[in-house]
Amino acid sequence: MAPASASPSRANNRAMRIVCPNGHLGFAPIRTGSYEIGLGSAPDLICADSGSDDIGPGPLGSDVSTSPLQWQVHDLELMLLGARRLGVPMIVGSAGDTGADSRVDLFVEIIKDLAQKHRLEKFRIGYFHSSVLKERLRRVIEEGAVIEGLDGRPPLDLSSLTATENIVAMAGIHPYIKLLDAGADVIIGGRSSDCAIFAAPAIRAGFPEALAYLYGKLLECASFCAEPYAGKESVLGEITMDDIKVTALLPEQRCTPASVAGHAMYERPNPFYEYFLGGHIDMRRCRYEQYDERTTRVTGPEFVPANELRVKLEGAGKVGERFVGMVGIRDPYTVAHIDAVIGWARQQVEERFGTAGYELHYTVYGRDGILGRREPMRAVPGHEVGILVQAVAPDRRLAEEVCITGTRQMFYARLPSVKGTAGGVAFALDEVMAASPAYRWTVNHTLGVKDPLELFPTFLTDGGI
Amino acid sequence: MAADGRAVRLAEIAKTIRSKNAGVDKVTFDVIFSSRADYDLVCASGCLARAAIAALFRVSEAEITDHVAFEPALAIKFTILREIASGSPGDADIFGSQQYGPLLDVEVRPQE
Repeated sequence: MAPASASPSRANNRAMRIVCPNGHLGFAPIRTGSYEIGLGSAPDLICADSGSDDIGPGPLGSDVSTSPLQWQVHDLELMLLGARRLGVPMIVGSAGDTGADSRVDLFVEIIKDLAQKHRLEKFRIGYFHSSVLKERLRRVIEEGAVIEGLDGRPPLDLSSLTATENIVAMAGIHPYIKLLDAGADVIIGGRSSDCAIFAAPAIRAGFPEALAYLYGKLLECASFCAEPYAGKESVLGEITMDDIKVTALLPEQRCTPASVAGHAMYERPNPFYEYFLGGHIDMRRCRYEQYDERTTRVTGPEFVPANELRVKLEGAGKVGERFVGMVGIRDPYTVAHIDAVIGWARQQVEERFGTAGYELHYTVYGRDGILGRREPMRAVPGHEVGILVQAVAPDRRLAEEVCITGTRQMFYARLPSVKGTAGGVAFALDEVMAASPAYRWTVNHTLGVKDPLELFPTFLTDGGI
Repeated sequence: MAADGRAVRLAEIAKTIRSKNAGVDKVTFDVIFSSRADYDLVCASGCLARAAIAALFRVSEAEITDHVAFEPALAIKFTILREIASGSPGDADIFGSQQYGPLLDVEVRPQE
């Protein structure tokens, strides 16, 4: 049973409603019960974000999705069928985890295939690309413009650019508005600010920018803004000229001031500011009130336009091929001298392969595996420890040899007072294993632009029959 | 807090203690309370002040890029620059989701 706030009858005040069924479309499947309730609450659009840079640099670097194709199809099918049945637009942003052009094109093909499969009546598909060619940025740097670093990074230089495989730019509301203006019924977006996916239709419809961006920010993670904790459940958001209301659609969940405010600060550095192409919102004066049992009302954000248009760029580069090994240690004396054991193995690697041209990493679980040097407990390791050895090198053969040497030589480490002299470590597997290639974030920067659309070409095509 | 004013562990009074990436170069930490009294107690105690966080995680205060008391959520939130960007070789926590461990044992002592 839908809560009163989701009932199809509406307040007199002009309002727009969006159902968000998933905070990261495709990453884990939409739960259908609360989504069906959402479809019954007369939404004006169905919108979801499908991307994240949380997944590490690998997917963008190797130009793949991290979400399985079946789940992407599952979620897109639910959204498409719901949106076409109700005759409302559907928007997906940051397609296929990374928002790269290949992911956008994949999602457009999935939509077309689904439209054929269900023999849907003809509709317009709008999409935009957001991949940026290295050559374009090379010219920018050579012409002397500064591609500024974020989070303390220095400006982008040619060597970092050369080491980069793929780059995406983060769009604001602009390509979405352009595609809605062009009559798109389904929009598949490249990499985008999460909030822009929801803010775009609201701003286009004349709602205040401050409320519209906050609306997007609160809805983009779906049921993460409700309590108790439940992922992949739908939420309903309503924006008016004066406020935003967010309603939990799963009967067991509620949106409370605490849960909505708690979500407002989720996975961002500061709960008071949200930045996007064209400005930011200031949430210091936001008010959160319980509106009805499952709905929270939010008012009071301020929109601050940017003096200069700067687009965020994300880029990933390949470090090399990677092999991993694992060892365990139980002897307390060896555990206490683990750095000497690692030092010994490293020295054997260096004697054979030199000190450059590869990377060798030891992660000591049971001491400081997860926090590294920041671990307050690193002086008191557990009674046994496990060590993950990672070797990265330009080719697989070298990576494997460095990994075998760096792993197996721990067995032969020479500690002066060790009692056990028949092997310094325990092997669960007497082998090293091929892992996925190693990538790193080479680009976390911003590029100045004159036109907020200049990195985001838009396209229209048809789906259905 | 204990009625007699003894120190309690943060884990005993916080509703949520979590960490998560905030972009690729930062990890952000949220400590959220159920009651206004516990939130006020922790704010006043200084146990999650910038200097205390720097000491706990062995970072300089300059590496703490944001530190705010967020009253609407009854939360204290701070953000620390990563030593290694998310997912680079050698990073063992791609999502930054287990960096909060040391916070659980922080002692909350009522202000004298």
